[in-house]
Amino acid sequence: MRILVCVKRVPAPGARINVTADGQTVDAAHLGFTTSPHEECAVEEAVQLTEAHGGEVTVMTLGPAAAEEQLRYAASVGAHHFVLIPIDDVDWDPQRTASALAEAIAAVEETNGAFDLILFGNESADAGGFQVGVRVANHLGRPIVNGIKGIEIGGEQGGELDEGVATARREIDGGFEVYNVPMPAVLGVKEGINLPRYPTMKGRLASKKAVVDTDERTVEAGGQVRLRLHRPVEQISETVILGTGPEAAPAVVDLLEELGVLS
Amino acid sequence: MSLLVICDHDRGTLSDASLEALTFGRPLAAAAGLEMAAVVIGEGADAAAAGLGAHGASTVHVASHPLLTDFGPEAWGETVVQLVRGTGATAVLACGTDRGNEVVAQVAARLDQPFVANCRSVDPTGDGSGNWTMTRVQWGGSLLEDATLTAEIRLVTVAHHVVEGVAAEAPASGTMVSFVPELDDALARTVVADRVVLTRGITLSTAPVVVGGGRGVGSAEAFAPLEELAGELGGVVGCSRAVTNNGWRPHSDQVGQTGTRIAPEIYIASGISGAIQHWVGAMAAKNILAINTDREANMVTRAGHAVIGDLHQVIPAITEEVRRRRG
Repeated sequence: MRILVCVKRVPAPGARINVTADGQTVDAAHLGFTTSPHEECAVEEAVQLTEAHGGEVTVMTLGPAAAEEQLRYAASVGAHHFVLIPIDDVDWDPQRTASALAEAIAAVEETNGAFDLILFGNESADAGGFQVGVRVANHLGRPIVNGIKGIEIGGEQGGELDEGVATARREIDGGFEVYNVPMPAVLGVKEGINLPRYPTMKGRLASKKAVVDTDERTVEAGGQVRLRLHRPVEQISETVILGTGPEAAPAVVDLLEELGVLS
Repeated sequence: MSLLVICDHDRGTLSDASLEALTFGRPLAAAAGLEMAAVVIGEGADAAAAGLGAHGASTVHVASHPLLTDFGPEAWGETVVQLVRGTGATAVLACGTDRGNEVVAQVAARLDQPFVANCRSVDPTGDGSGNWTMTRVQWGGSLLEDATLTAEIRLVTVAHHVVEGVAAEAPASGTMVSFVPELDDALARTVVADRVVLTRGITLSTAPVVVGGGRGVGSAEAFAPLEELAGELGGVVGCSRAVTNNGWRPHSDQVGQTGTRIAPEIYIASGISGAIQHWVGAMAAKNILAINTDREANMVTRAGHAVIGDLHQVIPAITEEVRRRRG
């Protein structure tokens, strides 16, 4: 099967996120970059599915030229083909991003046929727009379900097992929902669907030779415009130290009683 | 002209998130000069619709169709689209839960309109030229974005836990109107086919007490005393991303930006340093007690209360004290 995964390069935050002086982006001077966590899991899931069922994984990203780093990382953990849609700006709005991705996907599919499965992260770790995957699926006329934490190929359709169906599990409070989605399909996956592997030495070497295709797209901006980013005003409250070590237990239980959680 | 609020419910019981959306929607509709309407979809929608006048909805659309019995993002999105077209609604609001954001994204894609997710505040008078302005959440809440929205139909969600859902001071009529959308059979492709219940009763997102453990716990087995304390307090155990990455706990126990957002009465965070991605999942807790050997750990400096010490000694001592007082 052929699987496409769309990923986003995001800063790897530590304890605090700072903003650049113009308020347009995260000050990454002291931060590394990584693949947005849900999408790192999406790449792993795609690689596992092709290991089990055969096929190839293509990874696509819309981002700065430096996002090639995230594509090569995907190569180091087993992906096969790579497409970079380069942008100059810090970030594109969700409508614009989705239009560019949908066009680029259509271009690849025109040559090589439709992907059986397209995976997105449920939302990007930074902008968190919760919509790019849904818009792309809609452009392509394909079904999409978000929040997916389990995928199996083959599912029930009309009472019979159908190899052309992806069975997807979505976590809900206290359990999960099951969807039987006919392929070609799009799924928005969440961290926890798997534990992504680390690159092997062999993988790292292979990733250096990976060919990254560049596909420039000119797309109009959408209706959501960023004015500025800023850090929320933190309510600075003194931490009340209840004590040191196990001797603090009575003070803790006093607090629990006060809050009414002991009843 | 109306603001349409999408209300989610579980077999007739409105979700807290829906009440948050209605509470957020009332002043927004008033400031925008719009009537506030609501839509409830699926099995039990009638029961859920009955109380919405008290929350300020003047009209409540009750959508029913064989394809709407259980949740399906495409069928729900298409239903809202037809309702928007049919009623001339100029704005749509939902609470930014996974489901809320997904349904509004479906509406946005189908109407080819922008969608601003997880707002903390929305000003419909905006920049004075008809555009709305808003402050929305990035990085799960550790960063904010001021944005403008230029659209024919304004689609927004309010970030979960930004407001508390309360009834309207002056109730509205809450007139119920049934609505039957025309849905293509093909949309059955994304309707829930089966539902599996793993835990009944309290869960991480609803528990009044969460006892959290981080890297400092040290192993899967070392979570046993946390389980014991949680059991004693009628709560559940949560954990940090480091713990799930080590395979000590399932991902469903993870508190954080990429895990579960919790909002308990008290979060007891033990052996957790407090990386930003964990903090944003815990910050809606009403009280936080950090237990850590490091006085300077982020979790400690941000918590209302802290105990400086080794969780392996402190947690069992708390459990023992709770039992002693109960006799």
